[in-house]
Amino acid sequence: MVKLDAKIPHGPIAEKWTNYKAHQNLVNPANKRKLDIIVVGTGLAGASAAASLGELGFNVKVFCIQDSPRRAHSIAAQGGINAAKNYPNDGDSIYRLFYDTVKGGDYRAREANVYRLAEVSNSIIDQCVAQGVPFAREYGGLLDNRSFGGAQVSRTFYARGQTGQQLLLGAYSALSKEVANGSVKLYTRSEMMDLVIIDGRARGVIMRDVISGKIERHAAHAVVLATGGYGNVFFLSTNAMASNGSAIWKAFRKGAFFGNPCFTQIHPTCIPVHGDYQSKLTLMSESLRNDGRIWVPKSPEDAEKIRKGQMKPTQLPEQARDYYLERRYPAFGNLVPRDVASRAAKERCDAGFGVGKTGLAVYLDFADAIKRLGKHVIEARYGNLFQMYEKINDENPYETPMMIYPAVHYTMGGIWVDYELQTTIPGLFAAGEANFSDHGANRLGASALMQGLSDGYFVLPYTMQNYLADQIGVARFKTEAPEFEQAEKETRDRIQKLLSVNGNHTVDSYHRKLGLIMWDNVGMGRNKAGLEKAIALIQELRADFWKNVKVTGTNDQVNPELEKALRVADFLELGELMARDALVREESCGGHFREEHQTPDGEALRNDKDFNFVSAWEYTGADKEPVLHKEPLVFEYIEVKQRNYK
Amino acid sequence: MDLTLKIWRQASATAKGKFVNYKVQDISAEASFLEMLDLLNESLVQKGEEPVAFDHDCREGICGACSLYINGRPHGPDRGITTCQMHMRNFKHGETIVIEPWRAKPFPVIKDLMVDRSAFDEIMQAGGYVSVRTGGVPDANAIPISKRNADLAMDAAACIGCGACVAACKNASAMLFVSAKVSQFALLPQGKLEANERVRKMVARMDELGFGNCTNTYACEAECPKEISAANIARMNREFLVAKITAPKE
Amino acid sequence: MGKTIHYASITKKIVMSLAGLFLTSFLVVHLTINLFVLFDPSREMFNQAAHFMATNPFIQTFQWVLFIGFILHMIFGVVLQIQNWMARPVRYEKKGSSELSYFSKFMIHTGVVVFIFLIIHFANFFVKAKLGEVESITYASGTYEDLGNLIILLFKDGAYVAFYVVAILLLGFHLDHGFQSAFQSLGLNHSRYTPFIKLIGTLFSVLITLGFVAIPLVIYFS
Repeated sequence: MVKLDAKIPHGPIAEKWTNYKAHQNLVNPANKRKLDIIVVGTGLAGASAAASLGELGFNVKVFCIQDSPRRAHSIAAQGGINAAKNYPNDGDSIYRLFYDTVKGGDYRAREANVYRLAEVSNSIIDQCVAQGVPFAREYGGLLDNRSFGGAQVSRTFYARGQTGQQLLLGAYSALSKEVANGSVKLYTRSEMMDLVIIDGRARGVIMRDVISGKIERHAAHAVVLATGGYGNVFFLSTNAMASNGSAIWKAFRKGAFFGNPCFTQIHPTCIPVHGDYQSKLTLMSESLRNDGRIWVPKSPEDAEKIRKGQMKPTQLPEQARDYYLERRYPAFGNLVPRDVASRAAKERCDAGFGVGKTGLAVYLDFADAIKRLGKHVIEARYGNLFQMYEKINDENPYETPMMIYPAVHYTMGGIWVDYELQTTIPGLFAAGEANFSDHGANRLGASALMQGLSDGYFVLPYTMQNYLADQIGVARFKTEAPEFEQAEKETRDRIQKLLSVNGNHTVDSYHRKLGLIMWDNVGMGRNKAGLEKAIALIQELRADFWKNVKVTGTNDQVNPELEKALRVADFLELGELMARDALVREESCGGHFREEHQTPDGEALRNDKDFNFVSAWEYTGADKEPVLHKEPLVFEYIEVKQRNYK
Repeated sequence: MDLTLKIWRQASATAKGKFVNYKVQDISAEASFLEMLDLLNESLVQKGEEPVAFDHDCREGICGACSLYINGRPHGPDRGITTCQMHMRNFKHGETIVIEPWRAKPFPVIKDLMVDRSAFDEIMQAGGYVSVRTGGVPDANAIPISKRNADLAMDAAACIGCGACVAACKNASAMLFVSAKVSQFALLPQGKLEANERVRKMVARMDELGFGNCTNTYACEAECPKEISAANIARMNREFLVAKITAPKE
Repeated sequence: MGKTIHYASITKKIVMSLAGLFLTSFLVVHLTINLFVLFDPSREMFNQAAHFMATNPFIQTFQWVLFIGFILHMIFGVVLQIQNWMARPVRYEKKGSSELSYFSKFMIHTGVVVFIFLIIHFANFFVKAKLGEVESITYASGTYEDLGNLIILLFKDGAYVAFYVVAILLLGFHLDHGFQSAFQSLGLNHSRYTPFIKLIGTLFSVLITLGFVAIPLVIYFS
């Protein structure tokens, strides 16, 4: 078995990153010009990495699937970004942010990476402010903070309900600056089809221009994947329509290990599903839980009446309501971490207390907050979210409580990376949601933006130099190499195969079926029988897909059906790996809840003796079972405890 | 509800396009406009026909990918939202809906309802940034900014780059888009240092790309899904005037 | 005209707005003098004022400035309009109507009508006066060309009055958008003062229109 080396630097945790930077190899300015880097993806991680690497003097090529880098799905993050600035003087520190993140992740993240994340968090805020990101401010002109789930301090910086947008536009403007300077070349509407490996190192990518269908080869000394998460394997998720797992899946098939594929975050505050034609789910920011109180009726009879429309929620008296989060978790109340809040909602709805037409919804009520603070305060804090809710549901949340239900939101799992964010393929790096690091089994709110920007602005520009330092003698690669030839051929064959099936089911119909299998069996609650069933069902569905899918059009034109088919084909493999990983992990931790492993009062029961490791899966060939490698987790600076938000 | 859709179909950038009528049936008022188009496309695929191509991604009104000129209005009849946020309850049973791509010289049609908006990226590259490098910046709280200016900057920065302003303007002018970025930075001390250069370069690029001129019709403000104010255009005019007057002799 | 195209769009707008605002001063003076016809049946005041305008060296110089302003306003207006049409080579099937300043849509149309009106107006009054085709009249204060009488004669012609009234109405529409638009182009927009500017602009266009329209109507029907 391969031994995974996380390459954690020596020394006390607070000095590891400083020591690393002090002793790492660097590339001198003259040599930087001779080195090419490919960055796939222009979200927070990709755009910030490409801009920063371009500034350093490397030749960067950056690719995005949308028509502009600004449309990457980081843009949709609403709530905020964490940093250990301690501006509110409420006792925050780098250690506390580190501690909260490891604890929030249910002790399944690598200490050294998380500590570094907390350490650079402050620089991120400085950087973004310098770029002109309009963070919310107090009347004194200084930055404002708010609190988020899983923390007892206010450390979240925000720009109304559009923090992700503003941070991404900051990174996009930095990227635009470098494109104008000529250090970064931008390719839009371009989707990664394959990774090219030469002599065991990542040396290029095969891209498809989605306008012309042209298959293009690009070579480089190193490749960064910043292609986001794979939540769309569930079909319905809060991810954008084009978000997909294909780039990291191609990397996996070329030898990069996949870390913790089963760790999926189900976000508690989303707008409930309303019809089977639905294409995606909409998130309502977690920040709403600062002021909103979550409840369901105390009696199933009342819930029934509300479901049938015989009673309005506002008519239900206070004593007939069950504020179940406040009841179960008095210390954190409505601000428990996401996994806990989601499971609690599912538990209530499964037990017959759910509301809404489908019974799959709970209330998020602002009546108390409006009474306490006044409508104008609530409007200033959440106005745009309330408006968004009203546009979708045709209900006024100032007057009647919002209805919410958990939905797939984020994948903590991803390509396995070491401390340098390098995958098991030398020269291939993964950043942001695409890698597995930092969040363990559950991500805290406002930490995704932090991680994306940390990786892109402050980690990769250092660690990649450490790798590239011994590449300065390597001449630019020619894309005529047989490895490129082969990869392009495989891509063309795959496209041809999809176009020639000519069956009678649409791509979406397969995606929907896969999503349902995943949601029912690999969703919020998982068990052995369900997971085994899911594996069998996915294999069946995959076989059926390749026999009966219908993909219209040709390759040499704009063909959204073909794009979807290529992605769904990969999801049909990725879903199975998720189920396998969930099956192996016989414990409950964070977003991974195995029904066989819970405390008597229904809380997640971790098993640190047997499962205190990162699962890193190795691809062994089509239709062969992948091999599991384990990276043991060592906790030196945090005492591992059962998470307790009571 | 049942609807007739009159949709612009154009096979490629160079092909000649035309309107084609489609009937859709049993559309739920709860469905979003794009979900209605998904249903149309699924039925087209099942019939072996080419689905209608349109840009979309986040489907929650923030990425700015979706466009569509619906019944004479960018992003359709409802105010302050994008096409993807618009629900079918805005339409009546039996109605005919005319769906067109954004029309502007700098936004050529790629296919059907998809247009190329890379002109916006080019304007951004001309100066839509503060020239700071990664690292070495002062502490975030070292520069206090009045809440009022921070709020105004945020109002302008809310732009999603969808191009509805250009689509709505009878002159296909991009002034609201450009002025939103110019304003955001002009209002903040970080952006002040390069303000003159920025406005000159961005306006020059905008003009070169072939956008029309602003005639202060304010259609852009009326149709902006983020309700960005045309006051930003005045601010840009002011910035431009100052930049021109105070520019050193070349 | 080649150079005009190469000015930045905003420069052109600024020139347009400055010239436009400048031209409104001409309207105010012109209307004031015209109104003398109604208030003094002997036409002495009017003819005297007209004589002053035609002979005062300052006014005579200023008239060339005005002329240049007018030409600039026109050339830039036409250039802007042509560029605007070029910016949308393919029109919409279903026309939009989202404009918040309604008359903004018709600036070129109202502008062209006003221009044609001006040419006719010029031929009727200015040219005749310059060529000395106007009869003289003698008052106690002196002898002047009787331009007042020319006005009265022309405004007895129903067709001319109709054309005049329509042209002035269109000028009013042109002003209603133009006035506030000029401030916007110059960057003078403020949440506090802009509503006031818009109100002034509308009042101004209404007053100018009423004033100019009143003269032919009163003369025609009296």
